[in-house]
Amino acid sequence: MSFALELRDVRKSFGKSEIIRGANLAVQAGERVAIIGPNGAGKSTLFNLISGRFAPTSGEIHLHGQRIDGKRPFEINRQGLSRSFQVSNLFTRLSVFENIRCAVLWSLGHRYAFWKFLADLDDANDRTEQILEMIKLDKRRDVLAMNLTYAEARALEIGITIAGGSSVILLDEPTAGMSKSETKRFIQLIRDVTVGKTLLTVEHDMGVVFGLADKIAVLVYGEVIAFDTPDAVRANARVQEAYLGSVLAEAQAAAA
Amino acid sequence: MSKPKEFHFKPLNVGRWIVWGLFAVILLVAPRIWTSGLAQTMLTQMGIGIIACLAYNILLGQGGMLSFGHAVYSGMGAFLAIHALNMAGAGTLGLPVSLIPLVGGAAGLVFAAALGYVSTKKAGTPFAMITLGIGELVFALALMLPEFSGGEGGVSSNRVIGKPLMGITFGPQIQVYYLVAVYCFICTAAMFALTRTPLGRMLNAVRDNPERVEFVGYNTHWVRFMAFTISGFFAGIAGGLGAINTEIVNGEVLHASRSGAYLLFTFLGGATFFFGPIIGAVLMVFCGVLLSELTKAWLLYLGLIFLFMVMYAPGGFASLILMNLRVAAFGKLKKLWTSYLALAGTALAALIGAATMIEMVYHRQLNEALGPELKFMGATLNSAGLDAWFGAGFLIVIGVALFELVRRQYVHEWGKIQEDIEKEIKRREAL
Amino acid sequence: MDQVFINLLNGLSSGLLLFMLSSGLTLIFSMMGVLNFAHASFYMLGAYIAYTLVGIIGFWPALLLAPVAVGMLGAGFERLALRRVHKFGHVPELLITFGLSYVILELVQLIWGRTAVPFTPPEVLQGSAFTIISSPGEGMSLALGKAAPELCAAALCSTFPLTRAFMMLVALLMLLALWLLLTRTRVGLVIQAALTHPEMVEALGHNVPRVLMLVFGSGCALAALAGVIGGITFVTEPNMAIIVGSIIFVVVVVGGIGSLAGAFVGSLVIGLLQTLPLTVDGSLATALTAIGFTVTPDTPGYPVLRLALKDVAQILPYLLMVLILIFRPKGLLGTRED
Repeated sequence: MSFALELRDVRKSFGKSEIIRGANLAVQAGERVAIIGPNGAGKSTLFNLISGRFAPTSGEIHLHGQRIDGKRPFEINRQGLSRSFQVSNLFTRLSVFENIRCAVLWSLGHRYAFWKFLADLDDANDRTEQILEMIKLDKRRDVLAMNLTYAEARALEIGITIAGGSSVILLDEPTAGMSKSETKRFIQLIRDVTVGKTLLTVEHDMGVVFGLADKIAVLVYGEVIAFDTPDAVRANARVQEAYLGSVLAEAQAAAA
Repeated sequence: MSKPKEFHFKPLNVGRWIVWGLFAVILLVAPRIWTSGLAQTMLTQMGIGIIACLAYNILLGQGGMLSFGHAVYSGMGAFLAIHALNMAGAGTLGLPVSLIPLVGGAAGLVFAAALGYVSTKKAGTPFAMITLGIGELVFALALMLPEFSGGEGGVSSNRVIGKPLMGITFGPQIQVYYLVAVYCFICTAAMFALTRTPLGRMLNAVRDNPERVEFVGYNTHWVRFMAFTISGFFAGIAGGLGAINTEIVNGEVLHASRSGAYLLFTFLGGATFFFGPIIGAVLMVFCGVLLSELTKAWLLYLGLIFLFMVMYAPGGFASLILMNLRVAAFGKLKKLWTSYLALAGTALAALIGAATMIEMVYHRQLNEALGPELKFMGATLNSAGLDAWFGAGFLIVIGVALFELVRRQYVHEWGKIQEDIEKEIKRREAL
Repeated sequence: MDQVFINLLNGLSSGLLLFMLSSGLTLIFSMMGVLNFAHASFYMLGAYIAYTLVGIIGFWPALLLAPVAVGMLGAGFERLALRRVHKFGHVPELLITFGLSYVILELVQLIWGRTAVPFTPPEVLQGSAFTIISSPGEGMSLALGKAAPELCAAALCSTFPLTRAFMMLVALLMLLALWLLLTRTRVGLVIQAALTHPEMVEALGHNVPRVLMLVFGSGCALAALAGVIGGITFVTEPNMAIIVGSIIFVVVVVGGIGSLAGAFVGSLVIGLLQTLPLTVDGSLATALTAIGFTVTPDTPGYPVLRLALKDVAQILPYLLMVLILIFRPKGLLGTRED
């Protein structure tokens, strides 16, 4: 059976430092995977490699069975993969509505048309309204993106990511910097908008991870050292060692 | 569970019809109000300038692409149009004069497509440098090919050719004006329409965040390239109209100074609003024709105003107008009257001081034979004596110092008013 | 042969002058992200201010003082105007330096007039550095300074002006000083770091705004130094900024944005490209004729084919820039992808 997203021995070096040292991952369609790991493990770099921001130094990345490593971001997006950014990456001088609409245009086939008016594109406008309702920003549709509050900006960030209808969604620390209540709201939002899609999130908040993910991938020093259900990962010795250090892990194991 | 069928109801946008109607009326009526020959020439040039500056703003204001080589496309449009005009006059090209600008447009399109592909490979500052280099290249090449550019004398032509249609020969200036007015209206409408299409919107997205655009499925380079080509098309039309208007085209139309003028005035008019370049084009013709007659230092004044605008009003005159209209809409303009008067007064004082100095310097430089005295603003000044210099210098210092004081007060008041407006907006939202 | 040698030296000296200018431009651009459109204007200011100072204090003090004066003007501009515009982004920064170039040009024309001024080199720099005499009978020989007229009567004399030699000397000294500064001093270390990672340098506690003001001022001072030397070697006129202005941008694009080594290589390449073809009378037409084609005024494309290489020399740098953009967009030695 072919995987939605597959990484085969992906490596990435920046100059002499190898950041990703042979990452392997196979995600099935519809799975929700959380990628966790200590700081500096290379989680964001991995996302950048998958989404095409950087090209891997070696290794293969397959999306729905087709190779996407080395391709430009727009090519990868057109093949069905979309990502959000850790620092909100919005179209600052466009309104919330326009932001979403820009994200739906290509997927609806409008491409570089300069002979039709945006106001007449019912499919684009309807889909935009749909997305706005999903991310609960319909009341703020005419506000410029640069004037949004932090949480609203993060919601818009997710909105832009899912608007195109990609089947594989990558969310890079979607709840970073949010309060507890905002985070809870967001987890529900993410669950709602990614129904039926394959989801990968980078997260630090374990509450989010256990609330959202079917499987967890643990990235340490550029390698995936575990990829399993949350409980299995929790019990994994290598994971404990990576997070807690071997002395402390042994002490904990001895005390348990 | 399907959603009930949705009905779309768009009320007739009366405001838009009024604005465009007004625009058309102004174009129609202007030469009837200002009837002198000079006025009609200027109006014609303004119409041409509006098309050129709006085309430039597709790049600058809508795409965030700073080009120093826009004159290449209006210039090539002018050259090919005048060659076409000559061919039409000789009978080898069966094209009426009224369609000659389209030849210019086609030339602009082709050159923009060819050169634009390479130029738009980069963005931001490198893009600006590339357009500068290509501008120099094309200018120099044109001069080297007198078969094409007519050498020093340029290429001349005659626009009164063929059989007159309904009495229109395009001989008199007024007829040329109306030809320009028609093209101006159609091109303005077309470029406005562009801002409301998918390509136009994605161009804005590229301006705001070129990286993110790639992640929503669009090839940034391609968006920029298409915008560049469309801009070249309209620039070529402007060039073609210019060729018909002046009946002579030489290397000047390709020169970097013309590109610089497009940039300067489009920015002064206001790049962030659609109608800003229209203001800019009007200013461009005024300054070029009238201001340059008044004083030799007009480019210096212009440069200083430009610097001032970049620092304090990067949205140009359009933004100043709109910001004050917004304040007026909330009924708070009265509070700013005194500040504006004071600003204007102090600025005027400083300006008079500076202008006095500048005129005295020019007088000494150019009119030495006439002696050290000159007339300036009704007063006789002795440029050899220290009094005039001291007086001017004093005026500048006092003017600038007072201006700065008033400016700080103004900024303070402006800030308060903006806060009040924000509160009012929030209040209205909550209703 | 001797003409080629002299031309080679001319090209190298032009290239070194371009380097003096493009190094300052690269430093400012790499550290501040600002492309100083007015860089060539400061070059011109240096020449004019030196011209005025020479009458008061003599050439050699002027050579030192003019760059300092211009450097201070540049630092002042950075402090008062440029800094205000930083927050608006790169396009307004470029626009403000563009506006400045207009203002400087007009001020220069206002103060010194629209025609060239007679900025002559000092006594010691007038004349030739050396002369190459190639006589049909005795082959080539070298004479220091200007050769005696009798020797030149029967032979071909090619001279290399002292001003150009001085230009090369100053440029090489400046290159050495810059290299020493960047690699051996603490300030240089900070600048090197800020060349590629300006925010990090600020995060490390260096007073980046003050450093930026210094860098901008120094860049302008370097341009002014080049201006003094350019002024005595070439014509000092209001046009000099425009002539050299667009070329240094080409240099930076060809060499690679953000790379000093690239600026060096780019300058030399462009300098040679502008000068070496000046001796070549041939054109595409002559080349085609040499391989057997007949080229007549009726041949399609004749106006382009008949252009002599020496006439085309001035646009070759731009052609090179376009080629580089197509085949190697990062530039020859470019490091930063902007």
